[in-house]
Amino acid sequence: MDPIVSYALDSALACGAEYADVRFVRQQYEQIETKSLAVSGLNKGFSRGLGIRVLCQGGWGFASTQSLSRQAVALAAREAVCLARASASLMKQPVTLVDEPKYQAVWVSPHLIDPFTVSMEEKLGILLGAAETMLSVDGVSLAQGRMSFVREEKDFVSSEGSRITQTFIRSGCAIEAYATNADERQRRTYPKHFGQHELAGFEMVLAWDLPGHARTIAEEAVALLDAPQCPSGRRDVILGASQVGLQIHESCGHPGELDRALGQEINFAGASFLTPDKLNVLRYGSEKVNLVADATAAGALGSFGFDDEGVAAQKVFLVKEGTFVGYLSSRDTARLVGLSRSGGSMRAESWNRVPIIRMTNISIEAGDAGSLEDLIADTEDAILMETNKSWSIDSMRYNFQFSTEIAWEVKNGRRVRMFKNPSYSGITPEFWNSCDAVCGVEDWVNWGEPNCGKGQPMQMMWTGHGASPCRFRDVQTGIAHSGA
Amino acid sequence: MGPAPAGSGMYKRVSPIRVLNRGARRGLELINENRARNLIQSVIEYTGGRADGVEVTIDGSDVATSRFANNEMTQNQAPSCDRLSIRLLSGRRQIRMSSDVINRSGIRELVDSALAAVSFVAPDDEIEPLAEPESSGDTGSRFDRKVSLMSAVDRAGAIEKIIDQARGADLNASGVVASGSLTHAIGNSRGLFAFHRETHAECSVTVTAEDSSGWAKMVSPHADRVDTEALGRTALAKASLSARPREIEPGSYTAILEPAAVLDLLGFLLWDFAGTSHLDRRSCLLGQVGEKVFGENVSIFDDVYHGEQSGAPFDGEGLRRMRVPIVEQGVLKGLVYGRKSARRAGTSATGHGLPVPSNMGDYPMNLVMEGGSHSLEEMIRSTDRGILLSRVWYVRDVDPARKILTGMTRDGTFWVDNGELAGGIKNLRFNVSLKELLNNVIMLGTSARAAGEETFPAVVPALKVDGFRFTETTRF
Repeated sequence: MDPIVSYALDSALACGAEYADVRFVRQQYEQIETKSLAVSGLNKGFSRGLGIRVLCQGGWGFASTQSLSRQAVALAAREAVCLARASASLMKQPVTLVDEPKYQAVWVSPHLIDPFTVSMEEKLGILLGAAETMLSVDGVSLAQGRMSFVREEKDFVSSEGSRITQTFIRSGCAIEAYATNADERQRRTYPKHFGQHELAGFEMVLAWDLPGHARTIAEEAVALLDAPQCPSGRRDVILGASQVGLQIHESCGHPGELDRALGQEINFAGASFLTPDKLNVLRYGSEKVNLVADATAAGALGSFGFDDEGVAAQKVFLVKEGTFVGYLSSRDTARLVGLSRSGGSMRAESWNRVPIIRMTNISIEAGDAGSLEDLIADTEDAILMETNKSWSIDSMRYNFQFSTEIAWEVKNGRRVRMFKNPSYSGITPEFWNSCDAVCGVEDWVNWGEPNCGKGQPMQMMWTGHGASPCRFRDVQTGIAHSGA
Repeated sequence: MGPAPAGSGMYKRVSPIRVLNRGARRGLELINENRARNLIQSVIEYTGGRADGVEVTIDGSDVATSRFANNEMTQNQAPSCDRLSIRLLSGRRQIRMSSDVINRSGIRELVDSALAAVSFVAPDDEIEPLAEPESSGDTGSRFDRKVSLMSAVDRAGAIEKIIDQARGADLNASGVVASGSLTHAIGNSRGLFAFHRETHAECSVTVTAEDSSGWAKMVSPHADRVDTEALGRTALAKASLSARPREIEPGSYTAILEPAAVLDLLGFLLWDFAGTSHLDRRSCLLGQVGEKVFGENVSIFDDVYHGEQSGAPFDGEGLRRMRVPIVEQGVLKGLVYGRKSARRAGTSATGHGLPVPSNMGDYPMNLVMEGGSHSLEEMIRSTDRGILLSRVWYVRDVDPARKILTGMTRDGTFWVDNGELAGGIKNLRFNVSLKELLNNVIMLGTSARAAGEETFPAVVPALKVDGFRFTETTRF
């Protein structure tokens, strides 16, 4: 570990910090974009810097520096302490932290192929090959592709004695087919909207086989132009696995963040209906619904060895057999509600952002309904909706509305026709209580969302959502277009 | 516990701290115009004849943010970063590489890496040569020394006054006060150079009561445009007035949209005004340039030079931004273009290109919607039955062809009955076609700078519109 990290810690303590932690982060990234048969973007870069977080007189302060000179680091440490003292002047009670063991650890995310060793020729071959296939389908107006790769190395030290080094390799890939006519703008994406992202190497790009799925999404985009409008009314709904992932993200993950539940994020991201008085009481969903926050899931985008305040990765239940039983938490918010240990959810986007409570991998545990095809075969009358198109939910996380790229009517155990512009809406606990089937491991995927926004200034974060297709009874569909 | 009087000493006293002024807090000067010019020149010189051209961009920010919630401080952060980005051209290939290691060795590593990588990029016949030098436009000064010198103590002082207001009414205040400066410079090996620095003052406040809330926000380069106490008072008044909300049946209503609500809806139309969205056949206004698309009382410009605007007078390639009439009296007059989309469309660039390369291509970032003469009070007085929206939240594009947007009301939604505000109502979900909404504008307020959470701050009026479609209600 670079000696400047210990120097930063010592500087903060010398300035009067009662607690301090320091993150030294190095990031390397590569983003490739293709548009039709050309490379429309190739962005590569490095980022390196040091963030210092301190508690002083019971208030938090955070400062950062990209200069690693001793002078710059010492000034950043002093500024963090000054900020903490300014915070302390407006605290009702001093911040205190729940205990966490100290760790001396090295952690590396699992990967087979370092994406930064794969040639540009191979990467572009995949994207442009997929584009060629999409554009060969009559009616496709635009084909786009994208890959992104990040290597992050992070050193963490704290005044409690932890010294942790972690290395993360994150990879993502996506293709998109567009079709346009006078009345419609339709799009199909694969593997899902914004693509699939994993804590994995280039092997994930190969496994998702973009060229092998290019024709299907292109044909579906064109077919959507002439498909009938998804009807408005109350229907049973089957959601595809990636849409279940986003439903979990918005209606369980965010309301399960303890800082939101305590009102600390109400000015921007909002609050939560999952207030502490509902813990272990509220019937959040049906008994089929088991939701976990699992930062230990191998290869999942929201996994790590330790969070950004040095708490070891954990798997905790948020909803168990339908009952709301747990939060995503930090060392200070855990103390506020009487928890003995943080759930380990504190992460920062980069070295120059302060850690805040973020989703890890918020997942629904696989159920007993078999595969998606088994579930369709078991369904008399429903609408199957797949691949998110838009998402919106109120600031307490009750009322939501999602639309998906495509839907099919299911009648007597079979898909019978395609619908365009599908949407569904509801109230979170009513919706999850209407869940009567969760598919099994056959179709369970740990989806990655690379762009979860929270905090002021806004921080983007990598989160994961393991999910399989689910069925929900008596859901409002199509209201977005009911008056259009 | 009853309300505590302002300054009653509820908070514990802490030891005095030495105020660090912002420019000195690192012991280092922020990147100024001369240093930016020298850095850019050093990249160009180091690249030398090894590439056909190099473009250099420097972006910097030292905006510090103090956050508070539940009437106390929750975070106090001073992230600071300058970032160097180069775009290197070699034949029909180009690559962009970025780094925040801004010293001699960092620059050498960045350029060498770009030179090594560019040969692996697939050739592209549509690459534009680098932009030629031209004179920059003049926005007037957007650097306010008062903002640049605000310290953590100053921000804490402003926050304490907001909290005192809320505590005086037995309510809770949350929000942010932020201050600092932003730097943007661009130069290239053809001799182009442009530099912009502006300050950033920001305050947003949410006041919460037992069953209601209120919000207010402003962002500006100028300290006197961000009146933190006034924002606190507005948020408090909205929370108080919307207490004990009742439920209203969803349906189609006359709606009065305050400027923040107008802004966060209009933001979803911006890319539809960009040349690339038309060339890609994705705009909801495809093939309608020259046609009447909105009501005659709707006129929209992109104008970085407007006195209430912020931002640099040049685009992602260093081209001077032009004032572009986009919609005049309801007619779609023109689009904004970067150099590539302009060439493809057979027209001239307007200085709205995004940093190259970019899939989106171009974007109008300085929206100005012409206003009218009606006050918010007149809009309310002239409404028999309607809903007033203080802001909208989590707006998303449901149907890009019909431009149907969904979203929620938030932090001050009021029933208007017989020309008067008749109390708060529970929040509602809406699904509205923006194309229809802009054909249904009945009254416009005066245009002024507004800030929301979905798009850049802009200059917009309050609007009164017919047929605003609310589809569901929520529980609060």
